[in-house]
Order: sequence, then structure tokens, then C-alpha cells
Amino acid sequence: MQIELRIAGLVRAGLRRVFRHADPVLLGLILALLALSTLTVASATSGAYLAGHLTNMSVALAAMLLLSHVPPQVLIRFAAPLYILGLLLLLGVAVAGDVVNGSRRWLNLGVTSIQPSELMRLAVPMAMAAYLHYRQEHLHNRHFALAGLLLVLPVALILRQPDLGTSLLILASGFFVLFLAGLAWRVMAGLALLLGAIVPLAWMFFLHDYQKQRVLTLFDPTSDPLGAGYHIIQSTIASGSGGLFGKGWGQGTQARLDFLPEGHTDFVFAVYSEEFGLLGNLVLLAIYAAMVARGLTLSYNASGLFGRLLCGAISLTFFTYALVNMGMVSGLLPVVGVPLPLVSYGGTSMVTVLLGFGILMSVASNKSLVKT
Amino acid sequence: MSEFVNTALLREEFRRRSQLAIGVVVGLFCVLFFRFAWLQLVQHERYSALSESNRVSLVPNIPPRGVLYDRNGVVLASGDWGYALEVVPEKIADLPALWAQLAEIVRIEAADLRRFHRLREDSRPFEAVPIRQRLTEVEVARFAAQRYRFPGVEMRTRDWRSYPFGPTFSHLIGYIGRISQKDKLALQEAGRWSAYRGAQYIGKAGIEKRYEEWLHGQTGFEHMEVDAGGRALRSLGRTPALAGTNLNLHVDAGLQQVAEAAFGPYRGALVALDPNNGGLLALLSKPGYDPNLFVDGIDVETWRGLNESLDKPLVNRALRGVYPPGSTIKPFMALAGLELGLSKPSDSFADPGYFSLSAGGHRYRDWKKDGHGTVDLHKSIVISCDTYYYRLANQMGIERMHDFLAQFGLGERSGVDLDGELAGLMPNAAWKTRRFKQPWWPGETVIAGIGQGYVLATPMQLAVATMAIANEGVVYKPQIVRSWRDPKDGRVHTAAPEVVRKLDLDPKHLRLVKAAMQAVTQPGGTAAGAGAGATYSFAGKTGTAQVVAMNAAGRSVSGSARHRDNALFIAFAPVDKPTIALAVMVENGGHGGSTAAPIARKVLDYWFLGQTTPGAAAMPAPGLAEATTGEGDHAD
Repeated sequence: MQIELRIAGLVRAGLRRVFRHADPVLLGLILALLALSTLTVASATSGAYLAGHLTNMSVALAAMLLLSHVPPQVLIRFAAPLYILGLLLLLGVAVAGDVVNGSRRWLNLGVTSIQPSELMRLAVPMAMAAYLHYRQEHLHNRHFALAGLLLVLPVALILRQPDLGTSLLILASGFFVLFLAGLAWRVMAGLALLLGAIVPLAWMFFLHDYQKQRVLTLFDPTSDPLGAGYHIIQSTIASGSGGLFGKGWGQGTQARLDFLPEGHTDFVFAVYSEEFGLLGNLVLLAIYAAMVARGLTLSYNASGLFGRLLCGAISLTFFTYALVNMGMVSGLLPVVGVPLPLVSYGGTSMVTVLLGFGILMSVASNKSLVKT
Repeated sequence: MSEFVNTALLREEFRRRSQLAIGVVVGLFCVLFFRFAWLQLVQHERYSALSESNRVSLVPNIPPRGVLYDRNGVVLASGDWGYALEVVPEKIADLPALWAQLAEIVRIEAADLRRFHRLREDSRPFEAVPIRQRLTEVEVARFAAQRYRFPGVEMRTRDWRSYPFGPTFSHLIGYIGRISQKDKLALQEAGRWSAYRGAQYIGKAGIEKRYEEWLHGQTGFEHMEVDAGGRALRSLGRTPALAGTNLNLHVDAGLQQVAEAAFGPYRGALVALDPNNGGLLALLSKPGYDPNLFVDGIDVETWRGLNESLDKPLVNRALRGVYPPGSTIKPFMALAGLELGLSKPSDSFADPGYFSLSAGGHRYRDWKKDGHGTVDLHKSIVISCDTYYYRLANQMGIERMHDFLAQFGLGERSGVDLDGELAGLMPNAAWKTRRFKQPWWPGETVIAGIGQGYVLATPMQLAVATMAIANEGVVYKPQIVRSWRDPKDGRVHTAAPEVVRKLDLDPKHLRLVKAAMQAVTQPGGTAAGAGAGATYSFAGKTGTAQVVAMNAAGRSVSGSARHRDNALFIAFAPVDKPTIALAVMVENGGHGGSTAAPIARKVLDYWFLGQTTPGAAAMPAPGLAEATTGEGDHAD
């Protein structure tokens, strides 16, 4: 009896230790999202990917909790080495990467293949936030420019692979760092003008045909119903046929009968909205919005600029992922290969996103330890 | 600026900007929400329907086409199935290379390739187009073993139609062929397209065309749940197919075969009718074509060969060949004379061998230069005296001639259920004014009296008219279908005869004409040779007509063989209670008695004796010299 109580006490104490840095609100929202994800992936794959999905989630949650114990002042020291390593790997990919599906994204390290662009999703905002943190006493436009250079280099390399989706999202995360750090409005306006000038040029000279096709079929998916438009047509059919209440869990015919390609990965949202309907979508949007709001609140309360900028950027990037994916599945945005964060099946994305939340939790719970 | 102030400013800026960001987040999520509401509420019906049509596939269940049987239950056209090789052209990068590879396994001939290319032009994108039909068992096995080498090539079981008698029934039964765009539009207009979902064939000619609605039946559907790959997962319900109706025809396959054989190398037509109900016992047009060639699309070269042949195998001479009836019109003229009170059986005159409208005027010559001596009505038919009918026609006038003969169906379509029948021509003055804006000349009446001049008739019309003499005045619509089995309840229905009109004829007059026609086939008659040794009584009338307007095409053809006279013969038997009436027309056959009558004899022998009597009426080869008991040329 005594021993049992002591063991129970130890376990309780251990758990408390493990979850000590985990923000309960954020954790609750994450677990809710993962529960919906599990249901949807199980339905989309008739249970085939369930074990893998649970494993991915466990690993990613563990990584998140682990990272939540690493204080920001330790993290900031890894920012520069991590960024340089990522950049080198990207260069390596550009020189000697493996070509898969026409894109050079993977680097074969002999033992395993890695996709350095995934690393950069966190490394880029980290490096930028760290740089601005060290220059916070007298932030000047040239510091923003240098931080921008830190951003543009990897983005350009990833764009060349080519991987439009990832490069745009990393660009977005970097922009969020600069934006939250107080990048002047007129600079942003200038950049917007510049972008307006570059886009037509990029369209003509840099975008690959398949990327152009994706954009074009967005405007008229029926122009190529068996090719590029197929995904969008089938995913809108899935969503639309779900109606207000959905067809019910496991009853989505679009996914179950394979009309919907990638129903467990990039297009998992179509399966979700087919089975859970508009009300389900509303729940999902609410969870995402709450997570972003919570993330930004925690960021604001962070004691250091590094943590604040990084966490703010992580929150907004998370939102961007969700927005882009749902916009794409519902036919508002072009098909870019972006998974729905924390819902799509896939270990890499799951780990990357939860590592971000791990950082967020660490920053939120270590505010007193960083000098302001 | 102190560190603290700057940090505080940065923090304040962060607060403002993150609040702004949250506003943007909520705003963009609202956009998303409206998009979801648009899809899931406003457009829900539409997407539900799309999702259903994704999921549910209607697998057509094509009904078996009705079988055609002859009067004795012999199959004339029936369904058949086997393996076919089909290619989806869009899936093949290099078609010539594919042919080379396929040719290692199955036989592929030039005609197969030609047909493939023609069918491909008519096909929809991603539709499988047949390259080879009716694979042999060895070919099926070979292809099955090497299927993996041929993505885009499928081996399928296919239904088709087979016509076991080939050319013998080509003009009666016709053929089916692939449904063309034109057929599809016609079916859609008629509201029958749904019955054809998944069907490939439709009747294109003959009975197959006219009885299409009966023979085709109604396509059924299996409602299958399918996945994106088109694999059927489970049945959600079915609408059964309604089989096509099996038709039992009046036609006698043996009779038709005997008739075809009897023609030998000659071109021509034969129509045989049952005088008791108008049943069509035989309808032959020589030459024919093999209807089996058309089922899966005939290749261009073969088709051109058929279409451009001087022998015109594609023309149904029985219905579309219009010929001067020649002397076969005489029994009807004789009857007209009697009925109109213009002549009496006892009337006779001395035949000088010609007839003139006025003394010293143009001489309308008899085929026998010096005449036939004393001629009465009976003799005029037996020896086919022209002068008698020149006189009679002149007496009668064209209007009365027209009105009387038209009752027998001359100059009107018989109404048989086959496409393209022509009406022939029974002229009168009104017609000539209409057609040529010219008055009618008395001389034209004279030659019309012996079935020349403007008078034109199809073999079908001659058979109908003969039937009306045989059955003492009933003109039936020639009837193809004798009975049919209702596919819904399996009950057999018998077709009722259709009377076009009943003629009010004096039986005494009919007896006289019939007796004369019987004498035609007896010693001394123009068809004595064909009648020799017959164990049943039969009546007939020979005819020989100049090739003036050979057929509907009316094209002049060179070569003396094609300028020879057309030989005709009409007959019915037995004389007392006829069970068959027929008309034979042999193009360029020469004399009716020597060429056409023997064909009729063979057909009648089969009808009454179940066999042909070899030697009794041997067939002379075309080009042989004058016949033994014949008629000469009709002058003028």
C-alpha cells in the first residue's frame, strides 16, 4: 500500500515534471486537433495508416515536450549553427541532391535521406529572430535588410529545387519575424510594390510549367478535369457533398472509394469536411484560431525579443499553413504541396510543427530567466 | 535612446502588430468559412449529385437481340459471342508498332486495319475500338498469356449477330451495324436512346432495320458502387433488361435457298407470296452480299467493290428494280377485257402478225412475224399473242386500263415492311401531262397493252398482282412476320393478315384466265418446257421485255450481254387452291419461258415436293442460243 502510493506519487511527480513547461491551453487545443486528425486519417485510409499516425504523433509530442524543457537562452545559441548547417545542406542539395518527381529536394547522406528545407522551416525564423535580438538596442533598417538576406538566401535555394510551397511558407515565416519586429510600413509598401513588379517577371522566366499549371487550373479546374484540375474538382465535390452536418465518420464516399487522391495527406481536409460538414469545419477553424491567438498571447508575454519574435512567427506561420491548405482544398488557392498542420498524415510535418510549439512552450514558461 | 525604452517600444509595437495579425487571421478564416458555407450549403445539392454520380455507375445490361426464324424454325439471324481485341487509341503512343507486335500473336489483316481506322473516326475519345473480332481459341490463349505487353489493348467478350445463310437473305434480312452518330440523334429524337445505353449495334437494313424496335429490346441497368479506378464494389440494385422479340417469319429458308441456286449466274429477283394471307415466302435479289461483313463495319475497299460493281449487289431488285412487265401483263389485260365487257371468251380474229391504228398506218408487230392464225382469249394467253392485246388495249383506252390494273397493285407500293420500295408506274394521260406536259398518244396505249412503253413494275408488284388472281381477288399487304413470342410473358402471337383491297371479279372470268395460264405450262404453251413432268398443277405466264429502263439507276451499260431482254415469269400453284404465287425476273435472261420459268419450276418443286427435280428444267447458261419454246422480240 505504502509502496504503491509512493510509486503513484513518483509517477505523478514525474508527469508533472514532464509537463511542467507545457502550456495547458495550447496542449489541450493540440490534443483536440490530434484527436480529430486521428479520426480523419483512420477514415481516409480505412485504418491502414492508423498505427503509423499514432507513432508519428507520439514521437512529435515527445519532441515537443522535450524541446519545451530547453530554455530560450540555450536555443538562441543554436540559431546560428543550425542556420549555417541548413544553408550548407541546401547548397549540397543544389549540387548533389536526388531528383524525385522532377524536384531536387532530398540529400542522400548514405544512411538516410533528408530534406534540408524542412530544417529551414524553423532554422530561418530562429536565425532571424536571434539576429534581431542581438541588435535590438538600436534596430535600424540595415539590420532588417541583413535579416532579410538571411531569409532570401535559403528561400532562393529552395525555390530553385523547385519547391514553391515550402519556399513561400518560409518566406512568410521570415516576413512575420520582420513584421513583428516592427519593420516600417513604408518599407513593406515598397516591398509589396517590388513584388508586384517581380511576379509577372517570375511568371515569365522562373516558374516551371507545372507550377504555372497549378495556378492556371485554380482559376478553371474544369479545364483539365483528369489532370491538374482533378484534385480540386474531387476535393470540392467532397466538401460540398458533406453539407451542414457531413456524411458521418467513415461514410465519406469520395475518400473511401479513392476518388480523392492524397486523402490522408495534403487533402485530408476534404475528407474531414465531407464527413463532418460545415459544423465540423467551424470547429476546426475555431481550434486553429484559438491556437494562433494563444500563441500570439504567449509570445507577447515572452520576456526576450528572440522568444517573442520566434514564437510570434511560429504562431502566424502555423496559421498560414492551415489557411493555405484549407484554401487550396476548398478551391480558393492553387494546389501547393502543403499539409494541414497537425491533421495531415506525415511524420516530418507533425514533428516540425510540434517542435515549433515546443519552442513556444519553452519561451512561455521561461520568461523570468531571460534578461529583458 | 536607452536600451529599456527601445525594448519597451519594441514590445508595444509587437502588441499592436500581433493584435492586427489576429484581426487578419480572423478575417481570413471568415473568408474561408464563407467559402465552406458556399460549397456546403448553397452548392450542396449540386456537389451531392456529383458525388453520387462519382460513386454510382450504371452498368448497362444489353438485352439479347431477337432471333429470326423461318417458317420451319430454321435460324436466319441470331446472337453469337466471342472474344474481340480492342484498342484505346489515346493510350497508345505508336500504333504501327503496336500492330507489328500484335501481329506476332494474332492475325491482323489489312482489312482489319482499315476497319479500325474507319471506326476510330466515329468513336469518342478514350473509347475502345475493335481491331480484331472473333479471335480463335489459340489467339485468345496467346493474347491472354502476353497481355502484360499490351497496355491499352483489351480482350473483351463481345456479342454480335451472325447470319448463317450469308448472301441468300441479304436483301430480306439486311444486317445490323454499329450505332452511328446519325442513328444516335434519331434515337434521341424518338425518345428511345435510353433503351440503347451500352448497346453497340442497330439494324441498318432489311428486317433488321424495320423491326429494330422489336428486335432490340430494352437495355437494363445494374446500379454498381464503383471506386475511382472503376472497379465495381457492390450492387445497389438493378433494372432488368427486356430481351428483344424473337420473330417467326413466313419465309421458307429452303425455298429461298433453292431460288438462289436456281438463278445460277443470272442477276434478277424472285418474290413468292402465300395467296391465303399475303405471307412473304421468299424474297431474293441476285446478286446479294454477305451481311456478316457489315456487322462490325465493312472496310472501305470491300464496300466500294460492292457499291461500284456493275451487278449492283446492294440494290434490292425485288423492291427497287422497276422493269417493263412485258407479256406477264396479258392475263390481267384479258381479265380487264372480260370484266369491262369488251371481249367475250368466244371472240376470235385472224392474226395477221401486226396491228395498225389506221389502214396503212404504223404496224405494231407481233413477236411472230406471220401471226398466230385464229386467236381467241385462251390462245392469246397460251401462246402470248401480241396482236390480240394491241387490239384490246386500243379498244379499252389507257384510262380504263390504268384503273383496272391499278386495282392489282400496279403503280403503287405493296407496303411490305422493308425500306426503299419503289412504286413502279402504271401510266395514264394525267400522269403524262404532269410528267412531260404532253398529251397521251393512242400508240402508247397500244404498247402498254403488252406491258411495254411506260409501264414499269417491281417483281414484288408482279407477285402481288399474281397473288390477287390466284386467290380470286384479294390484295394482301405482303407480310413478313408470321408470329412472335412476347418476351414479357412468353406468349406466342400470330400476325393477322392485312387486306389492302378485295376486288369484285366475276368467278367465271377468273376461271377462264386461270385455265389459260395453266395451259401456258402445258404442251403448246410458252412455258411447256418448264411445266413438263410437274406432278402438281401450276399456272403461269411468261414475259420477255426489252431492256429499256433496266432499273432505278437507269444507267446505260455497255456490252451485249447487258442488252439482252429481261426474262419474266409469274406463276401460282396448285391451280385450284393455290398455296404459292410468285414472280421471277431474270435480268438479261432472254426469254421468259426458257430462263425465268425453269427457276419458278424449281422453286415450286421444292414447295410441293421438298426437293428439286434435276433435269426437268435444266438451266441454260447465259449467252446460249434461242430457247426452244420462246417468244420473239417485241418490235417497237
